[in-house]
Amino acid sequence: MKAVFKRTQSLKNYPTHYCPGCGHGIAHRLIAEAIDELGIRERTIGIAPVGCAVLAYNYLDVDMVEVAHGRAPAVATGMKRTNPDKIIFSYQGDGDLAAIGTAEIIHAAHRAEQITVIFINNAVFGMTGGQMAPTTVLGQVTATTQQGRDAHSQGYPLQISELLAVLPGAVYVERCALSSVARIRQAKKAVRHAFELQATGAAGLSLVELLSPCPTYWHTSPAKAMEWIETEMTKVFPLGCLKNVTRTP
Amino acid sequence: MTERVLVCGNEALAEAAIIAGCDAYFGYPITPQNEIIAYMSKRMPEEERVFVQSESELAAINMVYGAAATGKRAMTSSSSPGISLMQEGISYLAGAELPAVVVNVMRGGPGLGNIAPSQGDYFQATRGGGHGDYRTIVLGPWSVQELVDCMPLAFDLADQYRMTVLILADGILGQMMEPVVLQKKLRRELPAKDWALTGAKGRSQNIVRSLWLQEGVLEQLNYKLQAKYRQVQKNEVICEQYALEDAEIVVVAYGIAARIVRGAVNKARQEGIKAGWIRPVTLWPFPAEQISQAADEFRIFLVVEMSCGQMVEDVKLAVAGKVPVLFYGRPGGGVPTVEEILDKIRQMTVPVRR
Amino acid sequence: MAGKIIIDIERCKGCGLCVTVCPKGRIIISKRSNKSGYFPAEVTNIECTACAMCAIICPDAVIEVYRDKNTVGGPSKKDRPILVKDK
Repeated sequence: MKAVFKRTQSLKNYPTHYCPGCGHGIAHRLIAEAIDELGIRERTIGIAPVGCAVLAYNYLDVDMVEVAHGRAPAVATGMKRTNPDKIIFSYQGDGDLAAIGTAEIIHAAHRAEQITVIFINNAVFGMTGGQMAPTTVLGQVTATTQQGRDAHSQGYPLQISELLAVLPGAVYVERCALSSVARIRQAKKAVRHAFELQATGAAGLSLVELLSPCPTYWHTSPAKAMEWIETEMTKVFPLGCLKNVTRTP
Repeated sequence: MTERVLVCGNEALAEAAIIAGCDAYFGYPITPQNEIIAYMSKRMPEEERVFVQSESELAAINMVYGAAATGKRAMTSSSSPGISLMQEGISYLAGAELPAVVVNVMRGGPGLGNIAPSQGDYFQATRGGGHGDYRTIVLGPWSVQELVDCMPLAFDLADQYRMTVLILADGILGQMMEPVVLQKKLRRELPAKDWALTGAKGRSQNIVRSLWLQEGVLEQLNYKLQAKYRQVQKNEVICEQYALEDAEIVVVAYGIAARIVRGAVNKARQEGIKAGWIRPVTLWPFPAEQISQAADEFRIFLVVEMSCGQMVEDVKLAVAGKVPVLFYGRPGGGVPTVEEILDKIRQMTVPVRR
Repeated sequence: MAGKIIIDIERCKGCGLCVTVCPKGRIIISKRSNKSGYFPAEVTNIECTACAMCAIICPDAVIEVYRDKNTVGGPSKKDRPILVKDK
């Protein structure tokens, strides 16, 4: 029989610490597939965040660096500017990118840093026990919004893709979801495009936002978590390509 | 070139860094070191090196972290409040064992302070202002020439020991103009950076990290770091002394304060007072041995700093109670004069020796 | 049928996502736990078309999908996930 689906080379055959049904595993796989399909493994350097994916270097078989919370785009800047031939990507959660790291991501995009950013939006802080994230939706119950997120005292969910798409230095911004096979196929295309742009010298930052399930801190089953993305998250975070500009330096 | 040029400290250290092979400069403007970033913004592209004005000092130190992780010689500069912002990054650099050079052109503090010169960041620099058990090598030059000479030394030390080297200048050193010789120095023999992230071609992946969750692993890393720091303490102390042989009063100072002390001690000698001075150049590793030896003879120590007294604690530790240690200092941008220090020296009575 | 999947049951965390996507409904959650204490997915390969939807949604990449070389039909090339590196 012929194998039609196997683990790709850059995804290490190593058990992950992620919860059952966590979206990180899917996202990691899409990244590994993109890297292998584009043949860029040996010149790719990845940045692991502070968050559940801090140990991403145990799962992705490329050179990787672990950095302080939120600082990945600055670290990526330092790496890409001094090594323009390498493919630099950061992998960040909603605390890392949308809370503590807002300055860094905006300025990396604003400076048109030629890097790829994969942004995992699961509407909650997973690693630390399910607190509110900037992307937590109104009414969502979390460890620090036990009555449900209230706009008046806790503000509104942050739409990172929309924020970044207005910056001329961002050349590609797309929001996808990991909530069904069809969605994952679209996400795969987006992730691959984001890497391909860097590999072909696109003059700016590519970001793919992935709506991802967190069954543990949404206090639900993996299947229901996927449904919640479809029915609730996509209302607040509409899917689609917000920007795709071909621009060479 | 071996000609002497008249140049201000900030620009001199920038040019010296370029000559020393700095691959990348990342920084954010803050007085009194803005000449560094302006100079680098012009010269680095001329040399086809990397320059980025970052959005904050927080970002700058992380850009250094990134470049260093790929094996490049990277540096940043700032002044006291900006260096405070960099403490997180410096702790990460230490934990990940990455080489880096950070220049602090000290100004008055705490808080926003002022833009006058100060030495109030000694604790921050030598005690490790960030979290965890780590050290950075700290250099305290006293002239623009010495500042220039510190740059290749700093990059070499950083690469050799995989540590951050912090250069403590101050607002005077940064702004003052002195004639210097800017020339390429021979590099030490340095280990290869086989740990660097260069793309996993022909080898397994390299990981640069500072998180070690498994039981006992981080403890072992800390012991390894301490062993490294002991090596630095053994091999890299730089300290100058003057007129100690018959000195009854020993003044200890570093950086610009030491320049003023030199003037005061010279005048004291003219008045017949047997004074001498010790000038640490490496503030970490601290020249504890030299100071301890100097305290074996009975004499009084006077520590002079532009602060409320920080290095004085290290002097007291080194002296270990053998002799009295006094302090004179001016914080918050105050600069002691030769007269003030000379006055203090005159006031110090030395008990009759047996 | 012409396809089959192999699930690494010791690595499966029993999240059940594959169960929800199999168009033939041939995956269930086992009543026996694996060594990690999870109740892994279990499959009967009858009627498997090697559509690979289970493998696409699996967060732990523990499913391998095989198809009989001689099969005609099945999902179109456009839909098939391209991951194979046949050397």
